[in-house]
Amino acid sequence: MTRFFPMRKSTKFFFFITICTLLQAALIQDIGRSQANSRAITAANAELVHRLMLTDLCLFTEARYTRNPSLTDIHSAFQDHPLAMDHFPSGSLVAPPDFSNEAP
Amino acid sequence: MNRPLERHRNIVDFALSSLLRRKGKNISLLLVYTLIVFIIASIIFFVQALKREAGLVLKEAPDMVVQRLVAGRHDPIPVAFAEKIAAIRGVSSVTPRLWGYYYDAAIGANYTIMATDNNPPEPESIIIGSGVARVRRLAKGDMMTFRAYDGGINLFEVQDILPYASELMAADMVIMDRSDFRTLFNFPDGVATDLSVTVRNPRELTTIAAKIVRQFPDTRPILKSEILRTYNSIFDWRGGMLVVVLGVAVLAFIIFAWDKATGLSAEERKEIGILKSIGWETSDVLLLKFWEGAVISLSAFLFGVILAYGHVFFFSASLFEQALKGWAVLYPRFKLTPAADPYQLAVLFFLTVIPYTVTTIIPSWRAATIDPDAAMRS
Repeated sequence: MTRFFPMRKSTKFFFFITICTLLQAALIQDIGRSQANSRAITAANAELVHRLMLTDLCLFTEARYTRNPSLTDIHSAFQDHPLAMDHFPSGSLVAPPDFSNEAP
Repeated sequence: MNRPLERHRNIVDFALSSLLRRKGKNISLLLVYTLIVFIIASIIFFVQALKREAGLVLKEAPDMVVQRLVAGRHDPIPVAFAEKIAAIRGVSSVTPRLWGYYYDAAIGANYTIMATDNNPPEPESIIIGSGVARVRRLAKGDMMTFRAYDGGINLFEVQDILPYASELMAADMVIMDRSDFRTLFNFPDGVATDLSVTVRNPRELTTIAAKIVRQFPDTRPILKSEILRTYNSIFDWRGGMLVVVLGVAVLAFIIFAWDKATGLSAEERKEIGILKSIGWETSDVLLLKFWEGAVISLSAFLFGVILAYGHVFFFSASLFEQALKGWAVLYPRFKLTPAADPYQLAVLFFLTVIPYTVTTIIPSWRAATIDPDAAMRS
């Protein structure tokens, strides 16, 4: 192909950058479309949360304070000993909840 | 053709040829650079999508949950508290919640057992999350055994399985009738796990919470705003492993930039000397080095972001799965709805592309301003 239509390196590079940029633009476009498509699923999940009165996402099921971080004991992270580090690997992933403005 | 444009094209041609002359070094540089952008962009996409999902879905969470604390630990709360809380002005309803955890010794997984009055399953039947169905290989109509508080075996029929799309909320959920829940755990009548409080005006939540604590000092109200904030702070960039991953990526990038900024190789210095001796201006040399840096950094940025998008939204962030799983046997399989913050992507662009390009120019400027003869001999 390039034998018949010799292309400069700079032209190839700009083609490459244009394709990548268009691909990124298409992905950003895809965000809006996917969000519109998933509206029904999100509504069904919100209805489930309302019906079962759920308070947390099911992200980490290994321990009660990682399963329901918003309802956890205030001092769970060091519950056994002040110097005892967290038992569970997800403890290093999850930051403690912010209770700084908690109602008295 | 436009002369300045033609000049840039010529210099880009030369820059690409120059990069291809050191193919091995530059391809490995591009790969490492792309990997760093990929990791940071994956984290940005994952966290953004998860926060969005949590915000949308947990909007329907109870206005307030009231727990009872005994010796600093969560304890069952008397249902009698509910009537007194319901009498507080502004409270529209108080519903006792019955829920708890069950450890399944057969597979080592933890389930969340929840009893509900709202559309409950038949007695001695359960509705299970699709995560439970997956790990226990259960289908509708199968029987599932639970070890009761006294060691006896309780049999429940699987009445229904929650849809796959609800895994992020209820993968580990076992829903049963309230009487079955009390029988399974010997949970006394007259107490509940906690209370869900609905108020008429959300602005009064803190006042009502203060009244509840005044009336029942051993209780702890948790407001909906705190529940929502938890998910913002959990995946905050300052928290836990995220800061470690981001730190490592940023450090790798600094090493990169440092390597570039601390000087040129003898070969590159010689190249600049030759270019100057055949008539290139210092500005031409700087433009050449700018384009060399821009080709690498722009390609890495575009590639890295596209790969990160595919990783998080088409492959469900499979590289993060092991880190998120921890010791959990039952892990939800969820597909996140794409979400991206253009502001964060712009920050990523300015933090990766611009500094790298600048650090490529500085040592070249130093080499380009000395005598070509000295540059070639050095």
